[in-house]
Amino acid sequence: MTITRRDSLALGAAALGAASIPLIGAHAAVDDVPVTDVKPPQYKIETGAALHILRPAKFVDADEVVFKANTKKFIDTTGVDVKVDWVSWEDLAPQTAVVANTGAGADIIIGFASSPHIYTTKIVDMSDLGNYLGAKYGGWYDLAVTYGTKWKTKEWISIPMGGGTGPSVYRVSWVKEAGFDKIPDDLPGFLDLCQKLQKIGHPCGFSLGHALGDGTGFAEWALWSHNAYMVDENGKVAIDSSDTIAALKYVAELYKTMIPGTLTWLDVSNNQAYLAGQIALTFNGISIYAAAKNSPDPKVRAIAADTLHQSQPHGFSKRLPITATPLNAMLFKHSKYPNAAKEYLRFMMEAEQYGPWLSECLGYWCNPLRAYSKMKFWDSDPQLNPFKGAMDTPFYEGYKGPVSAASGSVIANYTLVDMFATVATGSSTPEAAAKQAARQMQRYYKGT
Amino acid sequence: MDASVDISAHPISFTRKPDGWVTKLFDYKPFLVFLCLLPTLGLLLVFLTYPLGLGIWLAFTDSTIGQPGEFVGLDNFEYLLTDPIFQMAVWNTIFYTTVATVGKFALGLWLALLLNHHIPFKAFLRAIVLLPWIVPTVLSAIAWWWIYSAQFSIVSYVIVDVLHLRTTYINFLGEPWPARFSLIVANIWRGIPFVAITLLAGLQTISPSLYEAALLDGASGWQRFRRITVPLLMPILAVALTLSVLFTFSDFQLVYAITRGGPFNSTHLMATLAFQRAIPGSQLGEGAAIAVSMIPFLVGATLLCLYGVGRRKWQQGSDND
Repeated sequence: MTITRRDSLALGAAALGAASIPLIGAHAAVDDVPVTDVKPPQYKIETGAALHILRPAKFVDADEVVFKANTKKFIDTTGVDVKVDWVSWEDLAPQTAVVANTGAGADIIIGFASSPHIYTTKIVDMSDLGNYLGAKYGGWYDLAVTYGTKWKTKEWISIPMGGGTGPSVYRVSWVKEAGFDKIPDDLPGFLDLCQKLQKIGHPCGFSLGHALGDGTGFAEWALWSHNAYMVDENGKVAIDSSDTIAALKYVAELYKTMIPGTLTWLDVSNNQAYLAGQIALTFNGISIYAAAKNSPDPKVRAIAADTLHQSQPHGFSKRLPITATPLNAMLFKHSKYPNAAKEYLRFMMEAEQYGPWLSECLGYWCNPLRAYSKMKFWDSDPQLNPFKGAMDTPFYEGYKGPVSAASGSVIANYTLVDMFATVATGSSTPEAAAKQAARQMQRYYKGT
Repeated sequence: MDASVDISAHPISFTRKPDGWVTKLFDYKPFLVFLCLLPTLGLLLVFLTYPLGLGIWLAFTDSTIGQPGEFVGLDNFEYLLTDPIFQMAVWNTIFYTTVATVGKFALGLWLALLLNHHIPFKAFLRAIVLLPWIVPTVLSAIAWWWIYSAQFSIVSYVIVDVLHLRTTYINFLGEPWPARFSLIVANIWRGIPFVAITLLAGLQTISPSLYEAALLDGASGWQRFRRITVPLLMPILAVALTLSVLFTFSDFQLVYAITRGGPFNSTHLMATLAFQRAIPGSQLGEGAAIAVSMIPFLVGATLLCLYGVGRRKWQQGSDND
């Protein structure tokens, strides 16, 4: 899910607040990561090696600070000259395209989700590193395997380094007032909660507007929690199904309980509404909580004290029906120093470096390797609970089809969000909306 | 006196050698013209023709970001013709341009006429009027986004919490029609200064003696406006209209910042849809096809404005038929 990044992206001032999250786990011991003793692959670093790396810009300070410190540590121990460029999120995909197509520029791009799958022929096989890390750190979560390996093979083409996710964020006191101790995990219960929240004057709010992160995240949750999906395993469009219709009808009911105006919400809107005390429940990354906690206004800080995060309701899905936006590191074939590059990635993923990075980002990035979920900082603050193991999900953008550029195109055109929005407002029947969405998806899935 | 000294000092200038081919070439006027045009031509080719050509070429391919794509003929256009979202975007663009332009010119002309009078703090007021146009559009778009917010709208706040005229906040952007008109209002607000200042410049070129003569002949205010102001304003009006239509037709920032084309694509303009499909959606070919589809409309609108409104006779200042 793109929630965390997009929120922060649009947050502006609030992102600055998020940038100074107090470092709960600052001391970040690295003795709390259980490892299996596996011999690391011996990468013979080329003499005079120099690496150029692109990665997305930070939204929390700790992300950049610790990442830089780790990189410096690598430079100091190996003598390899490493230059990291911090690229804004929107620019990363076009820059990746240029690097891949010109065969020049950065050695490593820590890009997003599907990029390695689009440029498979331009990047170096990572199986040795992927298998080593998996063996040492208790295995990869499903989402990491989906994005890190070539579709339906065991070949690693990239190293997923983390994922951003956006669980339920809610006001404890209002949910209690509505008669609930926590967010129900079933769909009727969830609807019941939202109806009661509305009755007590503290409605929920989920974006049904053109909000790339929040709108998409909500639509995907609605779809997957009803066991519906965009395309089947072969990339054939499968959105026009009875499960989708059920999801559409459910969201139409849910929409009636929401605060008015969610159809106009962009990514930052639910943050604003929540922080203004207008909604009791939404789906979002850690940014709302971080902004509230760091607010100079004691009233807003009180909201933070009354806020909890919880994973989204499972509904009919056996596994958590959400996804995360993964940081996905790929090494290009044009790199003159592939060994140094792999060694760098290995170094960054080892507990001594990865542990502090993960713990100081405080849920901003979630770990792709299972062993890191055992770290103690996850339990230091109950807020972090749903972020722990958030990559333990089989769902991804364009589930269940092959990871490809097509799903990105569908998402960017808000096809899913609009499908729900037209039904929620009654301007289309569920059946017609599903057919229309299928038609639009067909356009992008024609080649796969 | 100086000249005679010069001549004696340079006797060689009187016995010219026959011209070399280089000199002849540079004396050849068409060549010289061509040579002087080269830098401009180069700039135009590199920065205008090439991107435009590339855009048109992309429209006939299935390029995506990352893949060069192949020539697919009219495939993109054929798909777009059957795409309800594209059809809506075309319709929205025409509607948006028409209504916003009419609004801008009605209010802009009115403002120009007001500013043309002798009013206190004239220079200051004229500067103030330009503000909406000077402020970067993205910033004013964000301001409008707050004004139209479903939760925090100042307009709703005044109506609901201060004046108690309504009980619920106005859902400016939540439904297709209110959303379209909200965007048009924002666009008119931003476009008025351009129209007003341009027309004001035009008004100031009209000689006061014409009005004096008309006054002596006993012409009413309306007659003076109709018979003097309007015809003499026409040439500049035509230019302002052309530019304004072009700006409005290809508007992107307001819509993208305020609604992103939502709710459910009902406010997409061709420009925003082209961007959405091409860059975030990475379907370069399809996005380019949408952008290329704007060209006939733009050319048509330009011709209409220049030849329809700014007829030659007015431009050359001869009298009415």
